[in-house]
Amino acid sequence: MKKITAIIKPHKLDEVRAALSEINVAGMTVTEVKGFGRQKGHLELYRGAEYSIEFVLKTKIEIVIEATRVDAVVEAIMQSARTNKIGDGKIFVTNVEQTVRIRTGEEGVEAV
Amino acid sequence: MRYILTLLALMPGFAMAETLDTGDTAWILTSTALVLFMTLPGLCFFYAGLVRSKNVLSVLMQCFAIACIASIIWLIAGYSLAFGEGNAFIGDLSKAFLNGVGKETLSGTLPEPLFFTFQMTFAIITPALIVGGFAERMKFSSVLLFSSAWLVLVYLPVCHWVWGGGWLAEMGMLDFAGGTVVHITAGVAALVAALVIKNRNGYGTASMIPHNLTMTMGGAGMLWVGWFGFNGGSAVAANGDAAMAMLVTHISAATGALTWMFIEWFKYGKPSVLGIVTGMVAGLGTITPASGYVGPAAALVIGLLAGIVCFYCTNLIKQKWKIDDSLDVFPVHGVGGILGTFLAGIFCSTDLGIFSGYGFGGDNTSIGEQLQVQLIGIAATFVYTAVVSFVLLKLVGVLTKGLRVERDAEIQGLDITSHEERGYNL
Repeated sequence: MKKITAIIKPHKLDEVRAALSEINVAGMTVTEVKGFGRQKGHLELYRGAEYSIEFVLKTKIEIVIEATRVDAVVEAIMQSARTNKIGDGKIFVTNVEQTVRIRTGEEGVEAV
Repeated sequence: MRYILTLLALMPGFAMAETLDTGDTAWILTSTALVLFMTLPGLCFFYAGLVRSKNVLSVLMQCFAIACIASIIWLIAGYSLAFGEGNAFIGDLSKAFLNGVGKETLSGTLPEPLFFTFQMTFAIITPALIVGGFAERMKFSSVLLFSSAWLVLVYLPVCHWVWGGGWLAEMGMLDFAGGTVVHITAGVAALVAALVIKNRNGYGTASMIPHNLTMTMGGAGMLWVGWFGFNGGSAVAANGDAAMAMLVTHISAATGALTWMFIEWFKYGKPSVLGIVTGMVAGLGTITPASGYVGPAAALVIGLLAGIVCFYCTNLIKQKWKIDDSLDVFPVHGVGGILGTFLAGIFCSTDLGIFSGYGFGGDNTSIGEQLQVQLIGIAATFVYTAVVSFVLLKLVGVLTKGLRVERDAEIQGLDITSHEERGYNL
């Protein structure tokens, strides 16, 4: 089992969710985060005083999936989240030791 | 003398100029509520939205508590010292605890208890305005002690000079609703406070953006509406004076708001919410001293100048001089009050065509003469306020072992460290 963590631009969330739905990804967890990479922050102006806002708002999506489907999911996210401008985000793939469904107690790939 | 007149006026059948006027009374009853509304919660919200969320409660608490304390002080001795006969500089204690003033006692065409309460709402908002100068870093005990002492030693005398029959009134100085009494005093006090207590930790480098401009905008709306009572009610009558005062107040607010908005648009490329409401406050503060004396066309000019002058002063204080008058009390209220008091001396003239006003004050017969008086009033208020505020701040600092909270407390936020509460538990 693998975990796919994708940091994307917040306004792309609906498109990404739709794209994942089309390849039958059953679930995901979404968090609102902030951070920066190459996309530096931006400036905001209040009564003539300029403030540098270093952190940019992003959305983090976490999906746990069978190892065989990782490539399809990564591809789907990339296609739907891309805007071709700096700040599109990144995808990380990590290993998952165990998955358990709380209601039934199922373990492993059945629980994903 | 006024006491005897009041007694005579109460005798049935005695023909006197002043008897209770129900129209006047009804309007001033309303105005009183409107002006209190400006503080609770108008100013509260306007200010609270501008600070960081960790300090939102501290601002609300300070404004609210000041409103309460000012009220008590007003009853104990404030009203009497401001409006009692006394001498040219201060009233007396004849009406301490409203001694001798009952339901039937009159002040002009109003019940005196009403005049008391109406004036009280001005005494409430003035010290509350100063909060903006020392926001996010002053000890609560210091705030209470300073605000109380300041009310007694600055507001009461200046109020007496201008509205209580004192020396500035004798000179025919024009200040309809508080350009000097409220805005210059509060503005100067805030500036002095900012200089004495010094800048907020991280000022200039850390992000200190307003945490809730929707709250600020809500407060701004309340201030605009409430100001109808502030200026309109200062006519102390339900008549054309009140109507015109309300009208020019409104025009100046709208003009000031748009002016600031357009300056920002041209200068920075985007018009902002903070800009438009600040311009509104500038317009309102500036028209305040002039509101009973100028005409509608003059209000356009006054609003326009307010927007321009206050905008550039805000930048001067913040950017150039780097003084942390956190919520810009001096450049908006202080400068606005100075500008408005000055312009009142010009636009009161009945010889300006469409820009004419309704006449000079006292024995003055020309713009030159009136301006001299206005300038004396501005200077006297400025200097007196600055000196006494400075002394009080130093004194209070000694009494409370430091005006400012500890550095760590300031970084953590006043809400949790001073009040053990959080504004938002989301």
